[in-house]
Amino acid sequence: MSERPVVLELRGITKQFPGVLANDRVSLDLRRGEVHALLGENGAGKSTLMSILYGLYHPDEGEILINGEPVRISSPKEAIERGIGMVHQHFMLIPVMTVAENIVLAEEPTKAGVVLDFATARRRVEDIAAQFNFAIDPQARIENITVGQQQRVEILKALYRRADILILDEPTAVLTPQEAQELFAILKNLTREGMSIIFITHKLNEVLEIADRITVLRRGKRIDTLPAAGATEASLASLMVGRDVLLRVDKTPAKPGDALLQVEDLHVLDDRELEAVRGVTFEVKAGEIVGIAGVDGNGQSELIEALTGLRPIASGEFRVDERRLTGASTHRILDSGIGHIPEDRQRRGLVLEFSLAENIALHDFDRPPNSRLGWLRPRYLVERAKRLLRAFDVRGGGPQTPARALSGGNQQKVVVAREVENDPRVLIAAQPTRGLDVGAIEFVHRRLVEERDEGRAVLLVSLELDEILSLSDRILVMYEGDVVGEYGPDVTEDELGIAMLGGTRETEAVA
Amino acid sequence: MSTGPSEPTVQPPSEGPVVKGGGAAYRLDRWQRAGGLVAPVLTAILAFLAGGLVVLATGHNPIEVYKGIWNGTGLEWFYQVGSHGVGLPWSEASVWFPWDPGSRAAENLQQTLILTASLVLTGLAVAFAFRCGLFNIGGQGQYFAGAYVAIWIGSSFAGMDSLVHIVFAIVAAGLAGAAFAGIAGILKATVGAHEVITTIMLNFVALYAGLYLFGQGGPLQNKDQVFSPTSNEVLDEARLPVFWGDPFLQGLHVGLFLALGALVAFWVIINRTTLGYEVRAVGFNPEAARYGGISVARNYFLAMAIAGSFAGLAGAIDMLGWRFSIGFSDIQSSTIGFVGIAVALLGRNTAVGVGLSALVFGALVNGTAARNIPVEAFDIPEQAGNLSLTIQALVLLFIGADILILYLWAKTGQRIGVGRRSPA
Repeated sequence: MSERPVVLELRGITKQFPGVLANDRVSLDLRRGEVHALLGENGAGKSTLMSILYGLYHPDEGEILINGEPVRISSPKEAIERGIGMVHQHFMLIPVMTVAENIVLAEEPTKAGVVLDFATARRRVEDIAAQFNFAIDPQARIENITVGQQQRVEILKALYRRADILILDEPTAVLTPQEAQELFAILKNLTREGMSIIFITHKLNEVLEIADRITVLRRGKRIDTLPAAGATEASLASLMVGRDVLLRVDKTPAKPGDALLQVEDLHVLDDRELEAVRGVTFEVKAGEIVGIAGVDGNGQSELIEALTGLRPIASGEFRVDERRLTGASTHRILDSGIGHIPEDRQRRGLVLEFSLAENIALHDFDRPPNSRLGWLRPRYLVERAKRLLRAFDVRGGGPQTPARALSGGNQQKVVVAREVENDPRVLIAAQPTRGLDVGAIEFVHRRLVEERDEGRAVLLVSLELDEILSLSDRILVMYEGDVVGEYGPDVTEDELGIAMLGGTRETEAVA
Repeated sequence: MSTGPSEPTVQPPSEGPVVKGGGAAYRLDRWQRAGGLVAPVLTAILAFLAGGLVVLATGHNPIEVYKGIWNGTGLEWFYQVGSHGVGLPWSEASVWFPWDPGSRAAENLQQTLILTASLVLTGLAVAFAFRCGLFNIGGQGQYFAGAYVAIWIGSSFAGMDSLVHIVFAIVAAGLAGAAFAGIAGILKATVGAHEVITTIMLNFVALYAGLYLFGQGGPLQNKDQVFSPTSNEVLDEARLPVFWGDPFLQGLHVGLFLALGALVAFWVIINRTTLGYEVRAVGFNPEAARYGGISVARNYFLAMAIAGSFAGLAGAIDMLGWRFSIGFSDIQSSTIGFVGIAVALLGRNTAVGVGLSALVFGALVNGTAARNIPVEAFDIPEQAGNLSLTIQALVLLFIGADILILYLWAKTGQRIGVGRRSPA
């Protein structure tokens, strides 16, 4: 492997943002035909480094060499011209256009210089797809194909522009395990054809599976570059975080008590008035964590919104601690013992402009002792916030700091602190670790298990199978608005993956 | 997954105090706060410089004109220090006072403060709604609603006790403004009709309602004044007492204290009550407010109604304080509600800011009144009036630019300082 030529080299890249040294003399080399994983926590500087490579930022120091030749890349257009392709986490595709049209966009083959030559476009796309062994229909419209296929279109787009260096930004975040496997097969094909790939991720198992070499960044510095062979998840995690991390969640078997959340034949409509939740029935008992697995968009969000009064219920009902709450306002539901960690802490969980003290009071500012007869008691709010921030080890600010100034992990700690503060019977956690780094994930997971052990009923909804598997005492799979399977904690990832794609409707006996 | 472009992701990692280390988002916030103080001042200075260039371009002396404006505002009164006496209210006693309460400058200052009082209230009408995320363009209409009611009550109910009459008229005018703005609030809360559209439309409703009520043959027209249609006069008992200056020469009325009280009330409601908490939460992030159990619709309605009541009060103190009647042409030419938008924007929708910017605009409007601009600088006096409007317009333009600059500042700050969406 070491005799392969180096196609890309970053030497001593330094990038300073106001108050943050995003990249501190980072060096990296990419060899022909390798998958090079770039691993690091939030804010480690991975994205900055890749943005520099893709011409979005200019480095303060350091140089970039392509095939041994120093280059200056000052825009994505120049990056593309130099053979660098980037697949962003959020696809840049036009839904109403076909696969072929999207791929040739901005570099359309024309007849006589003006008229679009669709036949040539389609043929060229077919050629490239065949060369790299892609299964894709160039005539299909983007809006009708799966997320995994859309990602392949993005990769094809880069190949069409003659990229030989491909940057993939968290490519598996949107995929099911099966789709991820298909992606890995494609990537192996690409490297065999001589492509070089930089793979940005924070998922340790993927790194070990797909990468040839791994570069770990921490706080803007390159910590190490090492071959994937011989590395372990634990060793990589401690390189990333700088200390030993508990990857597995330590927990005792659940001791379920009474059913605290009961959902019966619940039907909920989505924004387009289509039925998103189709007759879901389940219950969550005191002292257990029930995980809901599923591919994004199969009714999980609507289910949670219905249970928290944010979305009207079409029919069916639900009870908390035997109290019927169907149709109740959010205010009443929260007062009746539901805590809710929302799936998007920035859009919903926090008022970013509010201070932490104000954010912590979001549900109960109108009740004594936070306020009396309509008058807020700011001093009490600050005192309470001070206590909670200490208890939850929130760093980066005090009660008066605006929530916006905190890092994602600390913001989430504030949300969690608020939601468990009022001693809810039922805790609903939607994507509680989305976008968090390893250390913060560890904290949230430990906390959820603690809340379970306190006797709360915990409903966990997550798109991360790892998270579902390591935390849940029972697992429900949602597919197209329905619960299509119930599993015990020892189910395998593959079984869940198949169910998530609607593969089975059988219900296994719960252990 | 989507974390939103605004997430401050490039932060020093979790250890150590991020804020003291100066996280990018924190510094951005600091910049904006500094900008919140510096930008409005720069805006005003730039606007006057640009206005000077316009004067220069028309072939006149900008320094002469600005001197005239400054003198017209009455603000020179503050540096005309001497040894004077001032009478104590409700007595014959008199005490020493460093400023001359009866000078020419004092008279001008009274006029400036009369305007300031109304502008504080119409400014608050915009600012309060803004804190709830609503852009209330309807201050003018709400002002009319209050003014009409104040005129009607003030000119009727003869024989009522003076204090009761005044309070009655003021409270009713405030409620009228609240009800009028409440229409837009209800439409927003129930069917989501955009408040900018509805309040603009309601402005027309108020305008034409006034032209009908007080116009030729209208039900509230003063029957003695057939050819120049106007309302009845506010009765003497219903007029606001004048505490500085000559009551018969448009002295400064006690409405100023109502305006100052409204500033305090605004601050207290916004910062110290649960209502203010809800309004701010909805204004910053309606989704989060809803998630927190706050009724967004209810707050839209309440915020509009409270905003409207401020504008209604402005109508009341104008009618009961110095106008005493409202004529057909007064209605057509009134712009005080619109200037309130500028007052709120320049004042950054805070109580202190609105107070200061109302003073700036009050001085500007009064100082640029044609009578204050030296005639010798102009061949035709009307030109002076046009120039005054030009300068006002320039200030508005620069405020618009100022907001745009802050917006871009924040945007680029996010791009370079906070970084793009960072994975992992």
